[in-house]
Amino acid sequence: MQELIRETKPSASSQALVHRACELLSDGTVARVLGWKKGDLPYNPEPAFFDSAEALSSFTYDAFCGANLSKYMIEASRLEGKTLVFLKPCDTYSFNQLIKEHRVDREKAYIVGIGCTGKLSGEKIHALGIKAVEAIEGAEDGMLCEGQESASGKTRAAEEAAAAAEIVAPADPDAVLTIQTLYGEKTCAYDEVMLERCHVCKGKEHKIYDELLGQSRETKNADRFAEVERIEAMSPQERFAFFQSELSKCIRCNACRNVCPACSCRKCVFDSNKFDSSQKANVDSFEEKMFHIIRAFHVAGRCTDCGECSRVCPQGIPLHLFNRKFIKDIDTFYGEFQAGEDAETKGPLTSFTLDDAEPGIAEGR
Amino acid sequence: MQRIGVFVCHCGSNIAATVDVKKVVEMALMEPGVVHAEDYPYMCSEAGQAKILEAIKTQGLTGIVVCSCSPRMHETTFRKAAERAGLNPYMVEIANIREHCSWIHKDTTEATKKAVILARAAIAKVNLNAPLQPGESRVTKRALIIGGGIAGIQTALDIADAGYEVDIVEQSPSIGGRMSQLDKTFPTLDCSACILTPKMVEANAHEKIHIYTYSEVEKVSGFVGDFTVDIRKKARSVDMDKCTGCGVCQEKCPSKKTPSEFNRGLNNRSAIYTPFAQAIPNVPVIDREACIKFKTGKCGLCEKVCQAGAIDYEQQDEIITEKYGAIVVATGFDVIKLDNYDEYAYSQSKDVITSLELERIMNAAGPTKGHLERLSDGRAPKEIVFVQCVGSRCADERGKSYCSKICCMYTAKHAMLIRDKYPDTHVTVFYIDVRTPGKNFDEFYRRAVEEYGVDYIKGQVGKVLPQPDGTLLVQGADLIDNHQVLIRADMVVLAAAIEPNPSVRGIATMLTASIDTNNFLTEAHPKLRPVESPTAGVFLSGVCQGPKDIPETVAQAGAAAVKAIGLLAKDKLTTNPCTAHSDELLCNGCSTCAHVCPYGAITYEDKQVNDHGIREVRRLAVVNSALCQGCGACTVACPSGAMDLKGFSNRQIIAEVDAICR
Repeated sequence: MQELIRETKPSASSQALVHRACELLSDGTVARVLGWKKGDLPYNPEPAFFDSAEALSSFTYDAFCGANLSKYMIEASRLEGKTLVFLKPCDTYSFNQLIKEHRVDREKAYIVGIGCTGKLSGEKIHALGIKAVEAIEGAEDGMLCEGQESASGKTRAAEEAAAAAEIVAPADPDAVLTIQTLYGEKTCAYDEVMLERCHVCKGKEHKIYDELLGQSRETKNADRFAEVERIEAMSPQERFAFFQSELSKCIRCNACRNVCPACSCRKCVFDSNKFDSSQKANVDSFEEKMFHIIRAFHVAGRCTDCGECSRVCPQGIPLHLFNRKFIKDIDTFYGEFQAGEDAETKGPLTSFTLDDAEPGIAEGR
Repeated sequence: MQRIGVFVCHCGSNIAATVDVKKVVEMALMEPGVVHAEDYPYMCSEAGQAKILEAIKTQGLTGIVVCSCSPRMHETTFRKAAERAGLNPYMVEIANIREHCSWIHKDTTEATKKAVILARAAIAKVNLNAPLQPGESRVTKRALIIGGGIAGIQTALDIADAGYEVDIVEQSPSIGGRMSQLDKTFPTLDCSACILTPKMVEANAHEKIHIYTYSEVEKVSGFVGDFTVDIRKKARSVDMDKCTGCGVCQEKCPSKKTPSEFNRGLNNRSAIYTPFAQAIPNVPVIDREACIKFKTGKCGLCEKVCQAGAIDYEQQDEIITEKYGAIVVATGFDVIKLDNYDEYAYSQSKDVITSLELERIMNAAGPTKGHLERLSDGRAPKEIVFVQCVGSRCADERGKSYCSKICCMYTAKHAMLIRDKYPDTHVTVFYIDVRTPGKNFDEFYRRAVEEYGVDYIKGQVGKVLPQPDGTLLVQGADLIDNHQVLIRADMVVLAAAIEPNPSVRGIATMLTASIDTNNFLTEAHPKLRPVESPTAGVFLSGVCQGPKDIPETVAQAGAAAVKAIGLLAKDKLTTNPCTAHSDELLCNGCSTCAHVCPYGAITYEDKQVNDHGIREVRRLAVVNSALCQGCGACTVACPSGAMDLKGFSNRQIIAEVDAICR
């Protein structure tokens, strides 16, 4: 397999980040770097710690680096010295939320907020019938760099000019991926294979950082709650059938839980022998009825809607919909709230005000 | 393994008529851990309790389940019985097969099935029960009264006379409340102020009573015997120590266009004002919204004329934090807004008024100096129509479902007073029913009809139409004679429903005291504990609990005082051992529990742990069991299940649910 992958030289994005990481390692600011390394396929880079300049040779930051690194900082907070962590704008929400819950140590992190061009999904490429992928052109860069051309071929100067004119550049419809496969060259639109969460992007702003590198692209072109509204409009029977058909695909691999930055318990209730939930979880019908609903309740009010659960689900279950339904209800009942917007505010479900909605409010709807 | 005894009560026929108690006994015996089960007509009786004692001793029971009435009734009885037999009282569980079962079901088969399930759940719980030991907490010998009307004043006087410190918090600038706005009181027709003001003065002069007027309760923490309350003393802009109450500032104040709250907006007051002449304290406040100095920075006339130098524009709100053993709510009432009752033309004509407005018009200190006159043109009304039950006993959403209780009597009072003072005025009262239960009440009403010739018409008014000549055409129905009545009236008086003071919602929430759908505070028991809130240490005085007149209010105020005194007289209280605790190995240190704890009982500490060989310092939740009230909010908020409640552990609750769903 390895020989099938064509060796390419590091992209401008990767080079820029590695350069800065080496500087911070050598001047002793940080003891290690948390980033992504190349995977065995062109579209599966994975989170990794790097403790030297040499180790950084396998570092990459391309359009497939969707993985949110915030949660790995729980582990890094227990290590000696600071860890340099690269966070995309949306990842910073999770990091703030983890600070709020005292799960990460801000002092142990050196945050480089990095740009993002919208992250891609290997699953979506497969879904287009593009299989046996050997190389992908047009996805080498995870962010827009100084003097670099954007994915669509527009220069950065042109992008800046557009930004200055307050033109919101939508996800570039012209950007195209050229994909080399065993069966020949295929193409697809960048936008078409972007992760769902990038279509409803929370914005280009980093909510917490020590320094910034690279630029982001505007990718929001869909309504965040449209799908939730579609499901809300269903009859209870239809809705039940919808969720049962989705959740019955679950194989209880726990990938969603393990990746979720809000699921940061030392010991999950589903793994603990202190509760009967662990035994109950072994009952066949449990996963399609209870597991994901309990998980959604456990992260309610804390979920930043980072979309990692749906990204990692090997069965393609749209798990984020549960969380987004909770977010929509919380917004309705308690006013707009975005978890992780800052590291201090008490969430609406853990604070109390005299004009809070009464519990009966949900019934009347 | 526990050795559990199950005791099924017949409650005479209360349970046994609907539930097959023998069947419950039979089924209970098949449950794991149950070694003994029996039934008896009255488990709570001496003989019934003796059966429990005997079974504990002879059978060596380690836990018991009593299938009977609500635990609110006899849980204590059975716990004490168990204790007498040497069993830890917290090894007793009640399965409520009366209120939750026999009383609400008719079908014996169904009810029996449910009773068996409820017993099964209680048995499943007892199987996981562990003995618990209560602790002790102190009692702060000071009471807080929220509301300075007649209810609050009376409660304060009674508690203070028993020798305890009392603070009254009143949101308006003076104590006195609604009663201070009334002119005469039924059924004796004595002057309201004449009987109220001595009590106000007495409260003010009492060495044990401290009055905070123009103040609000901002935050309540703690629990019975040991509440901590933040009181916001709003900036009066007048130094209470310096002010002599001479009143010159009010005369000179150029801003005189603010509707007087005390006179129900019928006339205006100045920006610096005391609500009424006998106000206590007799120190004015500056209404900063109306004051020219605060609005524009110019003026300052009151400061110039004040000989005492009491005006202080820089004064800030002050937060006073005080500890209390008991809290009495006496927040009183207001009349409803009449926006939903436009058919009575209240918003269209100045001559359609509420009864409380009529009180002000009849009062010598009111907007018309006590002369009965039309507010539109000052003419004396010759034809007055009273409309009863405006918003009371209302079947739809527009008004209140309850009877406001006081309107029949005060309308009779008004009608009588008007006929007495202005014999040439004709008075008609439209009523649904005349309700006069009370000492000398019916005699009072009969006098209005028989001696004063007030026309009572059974029926409601459909519409009041203001006429071009200034009169009001009243369309009503006479249900006894079965015909429509048309009256050309000069004045229409609406007996608007009363509702709890809107501030009560926030106060109830702060106190975790429950309120009903009409915002009246709920009693611990409607018959047997009518002046106590279900929240320990919180007592109810006056209309905040339900509509009542002055004698009833004063009686209830005294009752609430006695209950508060009973609490304050104790030096120590036994604390509930059902408190929360955190499993150090499961705790994430996320602070969620501390955020939701209403009692501030959870703090965080960095502690060394040994997690299966991994030794590290972790941030962990620590519960102060003296502050914890066992509400369980933390246990459901905790994502990892580290927080658990003694006596109601997560496993116990799940075991109950499992037993029910089995």
